[in-house]
Amino acid sequence: MTTPRERLAAVGNQLPPLIALVVLWMLLWGEFSWLNLLVGLGVGLIVTVVFYLVPVQLSGRLHPWHTLVFLLRLVGDIVRASVEVAWLAVKPRLVTSNAILAIELRTRSDLILTWTAVATSIVPGSIVVDVDRESSTLFLHVLNMHSARDIERFRRKVLDTERRIVRGFGSHEDVERMRGVLPADRLATRRAARANRPLKKGLS
Amino acid sequence: MNMLTHDIVTAVLVLAGAAMCLAAGVGLIRFPDVLSRLHAATKPQIFGLMAVTADVAINNFTVGTVTLVVAIVVFQALTAPMAAHLVGRAAYDTEHLHPELLIVDELRDRRAP
Repeated sequence: MTTPRERLAAVGNQLPPLIALVVLWMLLWGEFSWLNLLVGLGVGLIVTVVFYLVPVQLSGRLHPWHTLVFLLRLVGDIVRASVEVAWLAVKPRLVTSNAILAIELRTRSDLILTWTAVATSIVPGSIVVDVDRESSTLFLHVLNMHSARDIERFRRKVLDTERRIVRGFGSHEDVERMRGVLPADRLATRRAARANRPLKKGLS
Repeated sequence: MNMLTHDIVTAVLVLAGAAMCLAAGVGLIRFPDVLSRLHAATKPQIFGLMAVTADVAINNFTVGTVTLVVAIVVFQALTAPMAAHLVGRAAYDTEHLHPELLIVDELRDRRAP
């Protein structure tokens, strides 16, 4: 049995998806009116109750500017990589050379892991083949990798995406981790040392 | 917006969208294995869709169209990677891939005991 307090907390956790459903409803109808809001709320409630999902652990932090930066960079990446993959498809003398890479993220949050996975696989040229939740590792199939340098560059790109997401809406704990406090992650430490000044300014 | 710029914007967006979809089709035939074909099948087409829907929104600039376009693009962006992931994982697990095309396979290394 659950106590009323626990039930209230569960309702609170369902609130962001409910709001997203209401917004989606209004987007689909193409107008923002009170009637739409009420009907959307009704439909959203039914959907939330009938198709119950495991509550998502939200970080409770949102930095609008960094979120915007992340989204704009994402669109830019999609456009650039789309052209690259399209060119690869039509160019004469195609030499296929791919790689499956294990990329260990620094976050320990399921939400950030999911966002990073979606953001990297929406960008053409990489597909998530498998995920290891325990160690926050993404296994990505990457198109057109010819050398160790390509691989290293791609790895850095995914970690940068993760950092942008965390700076946008990750937890404070994750933001701290992004600064490279984990001594085990040599790359992160090196990168944080190099990017120390802009990072601090952005995170304050 | 005057007619000429309007026409140019439309032409650029629609042609870019069409070119992306065409490239996706060509890639589907030319790439050698399931995993690389997935890249061609799912990705350039998202940019193509973005370009075509953006053009619809520009030509028919009302709140209704713009919100619908946003909803279409967001949902395409959310669902296409899921589909690609599931097909990709199934292909990997059933060994429908050409190992000679991979320069590294860190998933195999990780799964090996």
